[in-house]
Amino acid sequence: MAKTVRDIIKSITKHHLEVEKSLCFGQCLTAVGWVGGTLPEMYEDEGMVEVTTADVANGGFVVGAGLQGIRPIYVVRYQGFQWYNSPIIINYAAKSKEIWGISCPIFIRSIAMEGGMGPVAGSSHHSLYQRMPNTKIISPMTPNEYQYAYDNFISEDEVYYISEHRRSYDNTEELNDVILEDSDIVLFPISITRFDALEAEQILREKGIKVSIINQLWIKPFTFQDHWKDCLTKSKYGGLVLDDDYEQGVASSIAHRMMLESNKKVHTLGLEHRTAGFHKNVDNLPPSPERIVNKVMDIINV
Amino acid sequence: MKDFRLEVFKKASLCRNFDEVVFKKLQDKTITFPTYLSVGQEFIPATIAQIVEDRNIEPDIFIQHRGHATYLSFGGSIVELIDELLGKPTGCANGMGGSASIQCKEKNIYGHDGLMGSQVPIAVGSCYASKKPTIVFMGDSSAEEDYVFSSIGWAATKNIPILFVVEDNNLSILTEKKVRRNWDIDEVAKGFGVEAYNISDDPEDIRKHLDGVFEKPMLLNINTIRKYCHAGAGIDDENVFDRYESQMKQIGNQAKSIHNENKQLVKDLWQKQLEI
Repeated sequence: MAKTVRDIIKSITKHHLEVEKSLCFGQCLTAVGWVGGTLPEMYEDEGMVEVTTADVANGGFVVGAGLQGIRPIYVVRYQGFQWYNSPIIINYAAKSKEIWGISCPIFIRSIAMEGGMGPVAGSSHHSLYQRMPNTKIISPMTPNEYQYAYDNFISEDEVYYISEHRRSYDNTEELNDVILEDSDIVLFPISITRFDALEAEQILREKGIKVSIINQLWIKPFTFQDHWKDCLTKSKYGGLVLDDDYEQGVASSIAHRMMLESNKKVHTLGLEHRTAGFHKNVDNLPPSPERIVNKVMDIINV
Repeated sequence: MKDFRLEVFKKASLCRNFDEVVFKKLQDKTITFPTYLSVGQEFIPATIAQIVEDRNIEPDIFIQHRGHATYLSFGGSIVELIDELLGKPTGCANGMGGSASIQCKEKNIYGHDGLMGSQVPIAVGSCYASKKPTIVFMGDSSAEEDYVFSSIGWAATKNIPILFVVEDNNLSILTEKKVRRNWDIDEVAKGFGVEAYNISDDPEDIRKHLDGVFEKPMLLNINTIRKYCHAGAGIDDENVFDRYESQMKQIGNQAKSIHNENKQLVKDLWQKQLEI
């Protein structure tokens, strides 16, 4: 049976605690659910460490463990909780090597979900970490991508922000780029929008619109690869960056870079610039296939 | 057997003379960035450093701004601190840390990132992971950061070998403690089940409260007096009690000659580093 993203995270965590002799910190880890089934059933004497509900302090605890060189995993169960968790991580761990020559590698599992989570907790918040130097941000949505993210973390000594999304946990499939020679538009989807981009592409294809899809795994550092640039430059109407964070963050930043390095306009579509409420009527969700289709139709002025 | 009071004085004297030179370097604008002098507060780190030295303990140490005395008391390189204050890459924090973010890898002294009190949760996490004796220094103002409370609580929950030291000079810049709060951090710590005391910075007072240190979490709120102003070369009050002068008077001629030796040592080292 094919492995899911959930299976891979669980096996990585088990390996990290048993073989790497590290620690995994987080809130409510050993409770029912084991954070969406991504954690092996291990306890404190095996390295699974329950922390307090005080998010800012917890971020500091993990930084302290990171300074001991044990490469801790830190599970932040809602990305919105990064508002409190991030200060000490990005102000200390990310700067430590540059100022003091002491690296502080931490594998931050930051988990997004969507729907009915209200004003803070839902969606992705990777833009919070993007503006600070010396952080690496990656958003794996497939089993191989997740393994790749962990392998990279282990081979380096940086702070890794893993922008996860619960909707990807059941996924067993790899997501490949679709690069056409003569696209009307190129989609650059991030995180969970990668799945919706695939649906949108189908709808648009049926309408006769040619769409390339270039998946954005690495958020930071962002490298505008030559074949991406080539695809964008050859496109008729430019590009569209999709994100499940607010547009005024990573998406705009990436689009800006793409525009500087190509002769095409690159648009953005992410969370709407408003606060999410709990009820579905007032929620603020990542771009659905329909929203993506409508945005593309607007861009190409059909 | 070494004279405890004298050994503490030697450390305090180095710190005092070092920061007296820094005071002058601030006045003549050799140093132009925010600098936090430990003058008046030296006996806290000097005493604790002597106690752990006597017990052959090599703790991990977490400090914040106003940490020159802590750095020097625990054996940080004088030359590297001078270089740091001169912004040289040979400084203890590669010339990036200034006065507030100093460190010494060889002595396990970790630098501070500038967020008030952040060293407390970091120290707790470090201690949890390493299980090594750990000391974290903070001011009475940093002790008000909410994450400090959670850190003390979690340290108690996990029963780790950490010593929280609050250098209580009563002032946040110039705002007195009574204006900022109506509680005491040692009482808060006791509420978490941590052994805690509110004491003076007299070396004997500190020593007698450290018997069980590192067997479990402990907090000392140590009352002290900052002789100079919050940052830079200034004096808020000329007439404050000075523990250093008091100890020198009690110890007598031996202390005076230690003072003079350190004065010369520090002067020479500064001169040399300025010439390079």
